[in-house]
Amino acid sequence: MKSKFIKWLSLPYIIWAIGFIIIPLLMVFYFGLTDKNSHFTISNVLAIFQPIHIKSLLIALLLSLISTIICLLISYPLAMILSSFKKGNDKMMILIFILPMWMNFLLRTLAWQTLLENEGIINTVLSLVKLPSINIINTPYAIILGMIYNFLPFMVLPIYNVLCKIDGNLLNASRDLGANEIQTFCKITLPLSVPGIISGITMVFVPALTTFVISDLLGGSKILLIGNVIEQEFTLNSNWHLGSGLSIVLMIFIVISMLISAIFDKDGEGNTF
Amino acid sequence: MANFLKKLYIALIFIFLYSPMVVLFVLSFNSSKSRAKWGGFTLQWYTNLLSDSSIMEALLNTLLIALISSVVATIIGTIAALAINNFRKGTRTVLMGITNIPMLNAEIVTGISLMLLFIFFKVKFGFMTILLAHISFNIPYVILSVMPRIKKINISTYEAAMDLGASPLKAFFKVVFPDILPGVFSGLLMAFTMSIDDFIITHFTKGAGVDTLSTKIYSQVRKGIDPKMYALSSIIFITVLILLILINVIPNGNKEKAIKK
Amino acid sequence: MRKLFLFGLLATLTILPLFGCGKTYENGEVYVYNWGEYIDPDVIKMFEEEYKIQVIYDEFETNEMMYPKVEANAVQYDVVCPSDYMIQKMIENDLLAELNWDNIPNSTNIGEQFYLTSEEFDPGNKYSVPYCWGTVGILYNTDKVDEPITKWSQLWDEKYKNQILMQNSVRDAFMVAQKLNGFSMNSVDPDELKIAKDCLLEQKPLVQAYVVDQVRDKMIGNEAAIGVIYSGEALYTQRENEKLIYVIPEEGTNVWIDSWVVLKNSKNKENAEKFINFLCRPDIALKNFDYITYGTPNTAAWDLIDDEDIKSSEAAFPDLSKYNNLETYHYLGEEGDELYNNLWKEVKSE
Repeated sequence: MKSKFIKWLSLPYIIWAIGFIIIPLLMVFYFGLTDKNSHFTISNVLAIFQPIHIKSLLIALLLSLISTIICLLISYPLAMILSSFKKGNDKMMILIFILPMWMNFLLRTLAWQTLLENEGIINTVLSLVKLPSINIINTPYAIILGMIYNFLPFMVLPIYNVLCKIDGNLLNASRDLGANEIQTFCKITLPLSVPGIISGITMVFVPALTTFVISDLLGGSKILLIGNVIEQEFTLNSNWHLGSGLSIVLMIFIVISMLISAIFDKDGEGNTF
Repeated sequence: MANFLKKLYIALIFIFLYSPMVVLFVLSFNSSKSRAKWGGFTLQWYTNLLSDSSIMEALLNTLLIALISSVVATIIGTIAALAINNFRKGTRTVLMGITNIPMLNAEIVTGISLMLLFIFFKVKFGFMTILLAHISFNIPYVILSVMPRIKKINISTYEAAMDLGASPLKAFFKVVFPDILPGVFSGLLMAFTMSIDDFIITHFTKGAGVDTLSTKIYSQVRKGIDPKMYALSSIIFITVLILLILINVIPNGNKEKAIKK
Repeated sequence: MRKLFLFGLLATLTILPLFGCGKTYENGEVYVYNWGEYIDPDVIKMFEEEYKIQVIYDEFETNEMMYPKVEANAVQYDVVCPSDYMIQKMIENDLLAELNWDNIPNSTNIGEQFYLTSEEFDPGNKYSVPYCWGTVGILYNTDKVDEPITKWSQLWDEKYKNQILMQNSVRDAFMVAQKLNGFSMNSVDPDELKIAKDCLLEQKPLVQAYVVDQVRDKMIGNEAAIGVIYSGEALYTQRENEKLIYVIPEEGTNVWIDSWVVLKNSKNKENAEKFINFLCRPDIALKNFDYITYGTPNTAAWDLIDDEDIKSSEAAFPDLSKYNNLETYHYLGEEGDELYNNLWKEVKSE
């Protein structure tokens, strides 16, 4: 009885989801599966196998994979350090990580351009102290840096959240039973933090895969990512059919990552925030 | 030693995260309109900022949209999360899958599909369409942050409250709600943040004359960013930072935390 | 955190009343859709005060981003400022209204030659009033280049490896390669396009970055030696960095015009024409030119400029009769566009 009532409460959201998620999604599918004359076709989806598109997809996969891994390697120790702090600071810490996101995304990325350019701030400082300059602007490295910068909070926060939830008694028990720090980490901390890691990987990998602003501004547009291709089909080439078709392909990757997180994170513990 | 390394590590990350902020802050005092050249120190962008009605209007729109959309999304999302939790596993997975879509879809696809939707239903583009779009992409963030809290709720305390004579509503607000409150707040915060930062979806769903800061910055890209934007960003940034510090320094902040727990 | 939101709410509520005092406009409104930062904001205010018409102003980033919003009629804009080839596309797709020239008497201030050029995309001058014009050329830094740059072919010179900024837009990039080979930039001949594409591919290792707007900041900051740039940006960059010189290449280039047009389904056509007429007034055109630094086709405004250097500046007001092979972009139809786009994608993905 009671649970039935509660189920009815989901009605507003379900209506909302149909109106603003499902129907728009169907429209994307409609465009992706038709041509200019509204005839059914799967050529827009199969277009992914054209050398240009498959190449941009592979590069995007590679770059987002690398940045996801680096994000993970940076975030895990950071989350461990943060979670070892006194409880009182926790909200403050989260806010400090979110704060840069309140500065506009474009402004932040442009600021990185100013920092990284050949005659930019970092190189000016380096040359003042007689160090060799770094020339990573307009290369894939700059794109990776941009991805890491913009998506790092999405990795830190879920890992931090799961680590905070680990019962300190478990760790003490492990140590009491003779395990050293490394064993405790491998046997207790790491397995318990898997949901957070998976959630973090999804939250970094997917936006990194679809980005186009970062490769434009920091990569000098010399590297075409799948996100750039889709964006250009929509905004420059006015070919919404091809753009939608390629987005459908991207959705496959999104579904895969959702499935993975569903398998590893059955209880939804590793949620980001 | 280990402690020192820990602090060093955190310091490095903070330098990484905040160095672009410093750049923007410095650029806001640059008298040259170009970001690539230092033309001398000036406060003119700050003084001109207040008299630039289009930027102030965009700021107001941004704040209003972020506030309303995050609050509405939080209400809808929290209720939805409570309800979804009561479904069988299969239904729940499907619902959560749908919830994930806007968060993981390429922004440009979400933006264009929403634009098509509004055109199809002949909705007049303007403040409302942006608001609806923002609520839509904000809800998932709320649901995803409330969900884990709900899963931890012990249903028997809720039943006990009702056995003791509390109405379902009262039992909910006295027993369940305080437990999920931290999740609700972080969902709200996240929704607010995402709304402020979005520009692609906003671009495709906005009407004439309604601008947010993001769309304004985006349209300035062709002719270069107006340095007043740097000034405004710096003000926002410093304000929030001061607020954060105040909240954490004021002693009764502890009291608040006690209530939350 | 709760407090943070209370603070935020409070702050919003305090700002709110500042905007409450709205003015009244007895003569209705006009919806204007223009490029970003492409008008002096004061001009809009002056128009509102003089004509008692409210301007609802909106900005777009590229012609291609503007088009779907106008075509879908998502917002009922009245007056829009697209570029040449896009105007042709809009005429062909029946999106524009014919202008009533009697309502735009100031249009006579626009130089005759610009109407002549407009004929290329707006036959009979029925739909558009030129607003800004210019060329695409080379901007170079005399500190980094020890010879005068005069030709597109110098963009293929090995010694400028990593010092070249190319335009990141299909037509402009192909234009450079087409002019290099002496082709028309409106060619849809697959063989010519293939040669142009191969040239661009050959050039790619030398290119530092493909950029649109960033050329000017990068050139001001001495990031690159040579950049392909719109003439309107050149004047501004020269103001910020004296070492920069703008040239129109010998092989010829693109002469572009951005013009005001009124949309077919405009509900405020008369107000739209009043707005266009206002912008054609010499003093207003001059004020606009000072702000946006893109060349004005308004000869009456040009007469008002005091600075002789600017009046004869190659960047802002070149004497086009001195150059050969100048062309204006045409709309190439959907198939033509697709051909270009696919080849460009091949260049970019290499």
